[in-house]
Amino acid sequence: MSTSSIRTLPGLAALAAGLMGFALFLAFFVAPEAAIEGVRQRIFYIHVPIALTAYFCFGLGAWKALLLLWRGDERYDLESYVAIHQGTIFGALTLITGSIWARTSWGVWWAWDEDQLVLFLVLFLFYCAYFMLRFSLEEGPRRARSSAVYGLFGVVLIPVSFLAVRLAENLIHPTVFTRDGPQMTGVMFATFCIAWAALTLLAYVLYRVELAGKRIDANLRELREVLG
Amino acid sequence: MTYLTDVAALTRKDLRVELRARDTLPAMLLFVLSTLVVFHFALPEGTGDNAAYGLLWVAIVFTALLGLARAWVPEQEHGVLDGLVLAPSDRSAIWLGKTLATLAFLVAAQVVALPAFVVFFAPLDLTALAGVLLADIGICAVGSLMAAMAAASRSREVLLPLLVLPLAIPLIVGGVGAAISPEGERYLLLLALYDGVFAVLSWASFEYVVTE
Amino acid sequence: MIRARGLEKRYGRRRVLVGVDIALPASGFALVIGANGSGKTTLLRVLAGLAAPTRGVLEVNADRAQLGYLAHEPLVYRELTALENLELFGVLYRVSERRERIGMLLERFGLWDARNERVSTYSRGMTQRLALCRTLLHEPALILLDEPYSALDEEGVELLDRELEALAGSRTLVVATHDPQRLARLATTRIALA
Repeated sequence: MSTSSIRTLPGLAALAAGLMGFALFLAFFVAPEAAIEGVRQRIFYIHVPIALTAYFCFGLGAWKALLLLWRGDERYDLESYVAIHQGTIFGALTLITGSIWARTSWGVWWAWDEDQLVLFLVLFLFYCAYFMLRFSLEEGPRRARSSAVYGLFGVVLIPVSFLAVRLAENLIHPTVFTRDGPQMTGVMFATFCIAWAALTLLAYVLYRVELAGKRIDANLRELREVLG
Repeated sequence: MTYLTDVAALTRKDLRVELRARDTLPAMLLFVLSTLVVFHFALPEGTGDNAAYGLLWVAIVFTALLGLARAWVPEQEHGVLDGLVLAPSDRSAIWLGKTLATLAFLVAAQVVALPAFVVFFAPLDLTALAGVLLADIGICAVGSLMAAMAAASRSREVLLPLLVLPLAIPLIVGGVGAAISPEGERYLLLLALYDGVFAVLSWASFEYVVTE
Repeated sequence: MIRARGLEKRYGRRRVLVGVDIALPASGFALVIGANGSGKTTLLRVLAGLAAPTRGVLEVNADRAQLGYLAHEPLVYRELTALENLELFGVLYRVSERRERIGMLLERFGLWDARNERVSTYSRGMTQRLALCRTLLHEPALILLDEPYSALDEEGVELLDRELEALAGSRTLVVATHDPQRLARLATTRIALA
């Protein structure tokens, strides 16, 4: 953890905040309403990018987990954990925003035929169990490796679960990207992409901040021990 | 070749231990039968067969969990797992031996439970049975690994179901679908895919879970 | 055979081993001494490869097939007989002429008559003797023994004395004990843990 990486953080954080603000502004004030869904569609600009960001975080966590098992460097354990932690937070947000969307679109707080939501529920449960696993094992190589293996199982579960949920329910989740391209006008598409970029950047900044914080904690602990 | 000999020796050991200790299989049998009877009372009059199939799968998963919870107990008495890990044989053989043995117990319990289900509730066709077998493989494969992870923890009885249940959801979808859907083959395909992917993943990761 | 420098092992916040150095040549006999809780068991686990050191350098010139480890626990299945236990480990360790070797060891350690009884019926001394058989089954080049005398009965103690006498000089041995007098004669190195 070099000082230079910390130095860039405030700048990145400011950029993320700015981009988020801009995205929200676009989503709620600028982008034209779609004929069918009206104002409720605004949530959509937030909900789908949050979901995508959650996937990104889980993927990052799994990648770090793979590196841990492959290279054996304990450093990756913390990185994997923090990424999965972020992913779980964004996963919870996905469920919440999805629920709001369902409420404003169909009047119900939950819809079992919403594939994406159900998939996220399964993943959310899975990754909550990840934390239970971590908290019940003593710190050390065992915990790092078991967590890493479990994190890998998670990303493999994503496509398999998706297939399962697909087979289990009807598909009425409106497809955003059809085979001909996004079903959105230019401005809508731009808003969507900016929101997506903003959220991904936000997730990355949060990841770096949490990682730095945890590393500082660990260093402090070591120092305290050495000093007796 | 030696790999298969190792696996055979390990599976045989597990079967032998169970035959003598006689604690897991009878428990699983009794549990699954009791659960089926409870379901009869839990299902109100007039619910269709579909609900029964759903509950069958709940029974199967929880029976499997019961078996899995006890799977590594013989290795924890007297610390034998260390002895197996230290041997020059491939660590994944330990996982495979354990999975095959647990699978044997689960199938044995089902040999009694499935006919009972047919008698109490609803018929099961070949597709449904194939679904049961494929799902058994999946849950034993993944469950053996998770049980090994949980075995090292303080709260292993609680942890194992938490780790396994989300992973079991695709299996339940596959199993129930195979039993009730006219397109049962699709669900069998899902189960086969799950088995293929997760069995390989479990086989490859076991080494990392039992060593430092 | 074994070379270690600055070995450290931590479990979370607890530091169990600190700054351990070892230089043990082949056919050496090392005694690991220290009070209870000083980390003798942990050190042997690290040497066996069951635990990875948190810090330091460790070189052990023996792979799993050449390593024999007698742990605090007997590492045998309770529900299997002595014969079945040794058969299993014989397969896993690729022991040649398994039957003969197992028979010989059981006899040498006085377990031949009980070979078809389940380990759950054994006394503590017998179980420990079986554990010794398991440790020596594959004729390991490096033998790690964690307090081997602790669970033994009188007969077992004599057998073990004889065994160690025979092995010292031809194999490399590391024995953790809180009674160093007994083996002082055979020892070539001492590793003292705080």
